Amino acid sequence: MRIISDRRGGRRSPAKTRARRGRPPVAPTLAIIAIVMALFTAPAFAVQPDEILKDAGLETRARALSQGLRCLVCQNQSIDDSDASLARDLRILLRERLTAGDSDQQAMDFIVSRYGNFVLLKPPLHWNTAFLWLAPLLMLGLAGVGFWRFLTRQQGAPPPAPLTPADEARLTQLIKDGPTQ
Amino acid sequence: MLPEIGHYALILALMLALMQSVVPLVGAHRRDPVLMSLAPHLAVGQLLAIAFAFVLLVQAFVASDFSLLVVAENSHTDKPLLYKISGVWGNHEGSMLLWVLILAIYGGAVALFGNNLPATLKSRVLAVHGMIGLAFLAFILFTSNPFGRLDPAPLNGNGLNPILQDVGLAIHPPMLYMGYVGFSMAFSFSVAALIEGKVDAAWARWVRPWVLMAWVCLTAGITLGSFWAYYTLGWGGWWFWDPVENASFMPWLAGTALLHSALVVERRGALQTWTILLGILTFSLSLIGTFLVRSGVLTSVHSFANDPRRGVFILGILALFTGGALLLFAIRASSLRQGAAFAIVSREGGLILNNALLAVAAGTVFLGTFYPLVVDLMGGDKISVGPPYYNRTFVPVMAPVLLAMVLGPMLRWKRDDLKAALSRVRLPAIAAVAVALLAFILLFGASVFIALGFGVAAWLILGTLWLLATRIKLGVAPFDTSLRLAVSSPPSYYGLIAAHAGMGVVVAGITGMTAFQGENIRLMHVGETAHLSGYTFTLQGVTQGKGPNYDYERGSFLVQTNERGGFVMTPERRFYPVRQQTTTQAAITSNVLRNLYISFGENNGKGQWAVRMYFHPLVPWIWGGALLMALGGLLSLTDRRLRIGMPQRSPARGVIVAAE
Repeated sequence: MRIISDRRGGRRSPAKTRARRGRPPVAPTLAIIAIVMALFTAPAFAVQPDEILKDAGLETRARALSQGLRCLVCQNQSIDDSDASLARDLRILLRERLTAGDSDQQAMDFIVSRYGNFVLLKPPLHWNTAFLWLAPLLMLGLAGVGFWRFLTRQQGAPPPAPLTPADEARLTQLIKDGPTQ
Repeated sequence: MLPEIGHYALILALMLALMQSVVPLVGAHRRDPVLMSLAPHLAVGQLLAIAFAFVLLVQAFVASDFSLLVVAENSHTDKPLLYKISGVWGNHEGSMLLWVLILAIYGGAVALFGNNLPATLKSRVLAVHGMIGLAFLAFILFTSNPFGRLDPAPLNGNGLNPILQDVGLAIHPPMLYMGYVGFSMAFSFSVAALIEGKVDAAWARWVRPWVLMAWVCLTAGITLGSFWAYYTLGWGGWWFWDPVENASFMPWLAGTALLHSALVVERRGALQTWTILLGILTFSLSLIGTFLVRSGVLTSVHSFANDPRRGVFILGILALFTGGALLLFAIRASSLRQGAAFAIVSREGGLILNNALLAVAAGTVFLGTFYPLVVDLMGGDKISVGPPYYNRTFVPVMAPVLLAMVLGPMLRWKRDDLKAALSRVRLPAIAAVAVALLAFILLFGASVFIALGFGVAAWLILGTLWLLATRIKLGVAPFDTSLRLAVSSPPSYYGLIAAHAGMGVVVAGITGMTAFQGENIRLMHVGETAHLSGYTFTLQGVTQGKGPNYDYERGSFLVQTNERGGFVMTPERRFYPVRQQTTTQAAITSNVLRNLYISFGENNGKGQWAVRMYFHPLVPWIWGGALLMALGGLLSLTDRRLRIGMPQRSPARGVIVAAE
């Protein structure tokens, strides 16, 4: 499945490519709004039969690596899932590297050196992503502290007043009657 | 002429919304019954005006009035009627109109059915609701007018994106909006409560049905979207953690938390401040979702420039409402009554834990969605945040929530003993551990996570059923006693059972799909047979033909498990000439336990077709479980409806009637 939204000379916007291939717009998006004179390109899928390597071991490695690589023109879709032609190029490139004898790490490094960290679906831990990785822990800690403070404040609250004899009698009566729906 | 009347109706609605935002507020402040009594009329008037405009837009689509820009851009005379209608919300302007229509429906519902609300609260709720309507009507009229004309009118339109020409997607946006926009009720009630300076059990009782309603719709909407992605994409993906999906998922997480915290306010008169805050945040997340989808800021940083006015306008609305409400919260929250005391180990404690973790989970999704933008703005680098990030952050945060989903409802209100509570769920716990161990052994220890996933699913499903069994004293008391207890249990209790067990079904589905899915991707010529997970797929023939507005190429596959029998699956590839687009129509057969999935590719010129065959075990459970959760919400809602407007029960009885 592909959503082709390569726009050519939209009436209200300059020619611009805004590929959103193979991604479901969970709600209507600009891609759909756009006046689309879509370029018709040959339909394609995610991994295609002609890309699959003869060597099953290499292919398994390629598939596993592909799932961590982002299709550059898609929304958070891995090249393994995407049917964009750019994703296909990247899949073929990855397989070439693996066939040439690269280790997984070498192949990934090669692709990152070409396309940058943007291509990694799992952001590497750098100074500028440190907050991204640490924040969930931080939030968890904050939630824990909040939880604790709330409860200790609760503990400090005065205990509820004891039941009056009238309440006591009413309660006994209610218990005797059993639950009434 | 008709479109101009529609345009006029929208301006009228704007004016009514303006009055609705001011007059009832003044009326409530002065305790002026005349001014306050105006509020419902204004809300209904606004609803009628917007509904009228919406009907006119639908009419323009049905009649293919290509002198309207949106119709020309998104419709075509050849399109089937259903997709002409669903095309109304298949574009920015029309879907925005649907957005305000649903907003006005909620407002109208409060106006018409909110007779038991205190007059001042009702006026203030309607006033806040009117402000939201005002902001979005202004947004429509100033940046996204659906009634804009095109001169000269083209002979035919551009057609709707073929990928949207689908029954599932025809009802998906309205469902989603019912959810998104429904949380505006929580917002209006929260802000009104802050103005009133009073939150009590009655307030929570009024808010909860609306929150439930919105939650049910959002759950169903997300499920539909996910299922649609599954059968449309051609390879069976169902969730991608993409910004647009996250946009609907964040309000869902916050809404789920809100649902549970409102329960504490209603039952125990505690957690008022937090519930108010959640009410504000949940709708703010809905607004952020709207912003994300409309501005295109995250889809591609560049598409923000598409129409910067829209993005900036929504950002302004977002800042105004979230900022204003939070400011009000900061000023007024401390004056709200503090809640009743309870011990750490208690139903309330469990619900607070649920809320804290759901909030962290929502925060994690929020961070993952927006962090790439932050890095981009810092300059020098661009990053992506994909599934591996969420698997390492979101999943661990949610794991304790899942574990607590059985234990929580087992806890007593006010105070309980952890040891005693744990011993009450001993049996399902043992069963869940057994399932996990069994899965671990069957997988030869290959994946601890898969085994844990099945264990958690078993814990949720069996544990929740165990809750029900315990409640009706199944096997402990005589059978007719159990039956009587089962009948007398309120629908909301069954709502709890369905929703929590539904989550277990979802977890089982996700785990099964992750663990055992199989695929076979290959070129096939007619007569060739492929094997996958014990099935043989034989390509019997390929036919070409014409649909209503597309041409298709259809493969016919005989699927067998043995020599005899079998069934035929017919995946298609479609070509829509109007948009020059190709789509795949996967063939899917399901027997509840597994799906077989074939998508049919193109001919390679040598008489071979690219075919993708998938074996998807347990995958129907993902959507089945989600729908079960929505059903649970509905069940709860029927209970609620009976109770709305009823005199408040005496507290003693409230305790005996067990909670949901």
